[in-house]
Amino acid sequence: MENFHPFVLPFVLGAYLLLILCIYKYVRWVRQFDRFQRTVIWKNIFSGKLLPAIWEMFKECLLHLRITKKNWRLGYMHRSIAFGWFLLIVVGAIESRLGTPKHFHFWVAIFYRYFHQAPPTTQSALVFTHIMDALLLYVLSGITLALVKKIHSRILGMRRATKHTVMDNTIRIALWSIFPLRLLSESLSACLYHNGGFLTQTIGNLFSPAVAQVLELPSWTLYSIALCLFFILLPFSRYMHIFTEIFLIYFRKLGVKERVKMTGYTKFELSACSRCGICIDRCPLYKDLGIMDVQSVYLLRNLRNLEHHKDIVEAGKNCLLCSQCAEDCPVDIDLMSIRRISRDKGELDTDGNYKYLHKVKAFNSIGRVAYFGGCMSQLTPAVGASMEKIFQAAGQKFWYMDKERTICCGRPLAQQGFNKQAAELRRKNTELIHNSGATALITSCPICYNAFKNEYQLHIPVYHHTEYIDQLIRCGKLQVDKCDLKVTYHDPCELGRGCHIYDEPRHVLQTVATLLETENNRENSLCCGINLGNTVITLDQQTTIRNTALKNLTSPDPDMVVTACPMCKRAFQHGGTNVEIKDIAEIVANRIKS
Amino acid sequence: MADFGFSLKKARTVYLSKTDMRKAEQLIATVPSYKLCIGCGGCTASCSARQFTDFNIRKAHNHFRRGQYDKLEEELQKCMLCGKCTLVCPRGVNLRSLIINMRQILSNTTEILA
Repeated sequence: MENFHPFVLPFVLGAYLLLILCIYKYVRWVRQFDRFQRTVIWKNIFSGKLLPAIWEMFKECLLHLRITKKNWRLGYMHRSIAFGWFLLIVVGAIESRLGTPKHFHFWVAIFYRYFHQAPPTTQSALVFTHIMDALLLYVLSGITLALVKKIHSRILGMRRATKHTVMDNTIRIALWSIFPLRLLSESLSACLYHNGGFLTQTIGNLFSPAVAQVLELPSWTLYSIALCLFFILLPFSRYMHIFTEIFLIYFRKLGVKERVKMTGYTKFELSACSRCGICIDRCPLYKDLGIMDVQSVYLLRNLRNLEHHKDIVEAGKNCLLCSQCAEDCPVDIDLMSIRRISRDKGELDTDGNYKYLHKVKAFNSIGRVAYFGGCMSQLTPAVGASMEKIFQAAGQKFWYMDKERTICCGRPLAQQGFNKQAAELRRKNTELIHNSGATALITSCPICYNAFKNEYQLHIPVYHHTEYIDQLIRCGKLQVDKCDLKVTYHDPCELGRGCHIYDEPRHVLQTVATLLETENNRENSLCCGINLGNTVITLDQQTTIRNTALKNLTSPDPDMVVTACPMCKRAFQHGGTNVEIKDIAEIVANRIKS
Repeated sequence: MADFGFSLKKARTVYLSKTDMRKAEQLIATVPSYKLCIGCGGCTASCSARQFTDFNIRKAHNHFRRGQYDKLEEELQKCMLCGKCTLVCPRGVNLRSLIINMRQILSNTTEILA
């Protein structure tokens, strides 16, 4: 057989096994999509989402632009390995196809320098040879950086790298040895046949032909075995992300979202995690408390393997749901939803728990807006009172839904995995709001806002009070004057990273006071610690997290710290600082022109 | 008798020798902060569910602590888990965790994954 040698067998075997395993896994996961997700896919499959999806695949899977934006050194490392290897395959395939007029098999492209022993004679063949060498050098530079990161991750700007399992470490050795082995094999062949480029020929010339004669075949065999090992282990290791991310991007573009239970889509997301460990560095639990085994990377790994059931439960519970990791994730995995899926309470999540709410009736609010303070606003009554003052000043009739008695929005239950119970509360609140005839819903609590906006299907617009006050000021319904206070603004997790509201509160604050920016603001805002996401850490630990956030907020020496969340306000109020803590509604209500 | 909104309670006796305290012990082991509870009733005072029914979280966890588990399972289902009790607790008892764990211990379930 022309263009064949037994040493290619491990590679061929590995490649076929990889193909079969991947197809098997992907088909199984797609079959596990739930009915809702299937409907979304069928609805959007012909809507021209493919081209934008391919563009995003190119940007993220190959160029790693998102990760480059966060940290260019890490970005270079990932890009050089992914994009470099991709080009090696593509350019190698073209080169070998052109250089092999007959008896072409796909392995010839991989072991081209062994099968094509004639030195490059034509101009184009020479160019190809040099390009291939340059690409190999590009990949090797990435591998070197990966090695540096393994030894000392801080050099690449990561405080802490992921602690990997034996399987992940084994396949990493296979991956890291592929390219040096390729360099060695091609150099040895270049020594014998003078068919190398600027890199392989230079290294090849260092060997004596006698040595090269002996080492050539073992070296190519080792290269083939390294490839085989990498391919066979790939579906069971973190490197499954290489192929899975491609599908994930397409499904996401089609509009598929996580559900409350684990579906096939969750399996795609779990496997798309490359375990890069970027989620660890800025996790408040790691940064302030030194807890290192609950971060998303470990939760996703345990969920994917499902072998450590107890670990999953513990890691799943111990999270503030501040969504900093979801913000940082270079693959943009819906980490918060997966966290909630991992908390699913099963049989404990019962139906019909809140029959006692049946007697609550809606207030006829035709021509009014509904105001929902939220449970936490009952603990910070100044927020509700200020909102009442603002409504009156703006001449807006309103219905304070939960002034006396409050029905929870259901999000705290959903965060703890009680999905049926949360749905029951959502049904009740939806019924109340729709029956009232109110024209809009305004809420003061970012948790409720996120729920009403993203989990409810209300027929009326929903505003957070920062948005609403901003609109009132912009359209002149609310006249405020500026005071000479210097204030800093705390972006609540659920409002900022959760609902992407950053500019409205800032505009309001610039109108009534002088706004100072802090180091960790907007997407990088620090969690106040005293939240409903975590049921594991103690009050002392929460306080530690709170103090870090408060230190950041008081660092520009403001007269007042302003927040837009009753819970954050409460957290900071007890922080032992002399600086006044106020909600944005309070500071606006105080500056209304009479 | 005139209705003052409160009344004298009948004396209740708990026979410790006849009570199964294992569930209570399990609860304290999972939520150690509960040992700090002084029974002030702040949790009940702030409770959202309390505003609609006679649900009394202080009574519920006190009964649990004393091994009186009767009807607690249905009672605790009324909780909306809004978390005000946890925020007002002067002793830093993690009440949300306490409630979830009480329910889990009573129904003998754990989180399951599909």
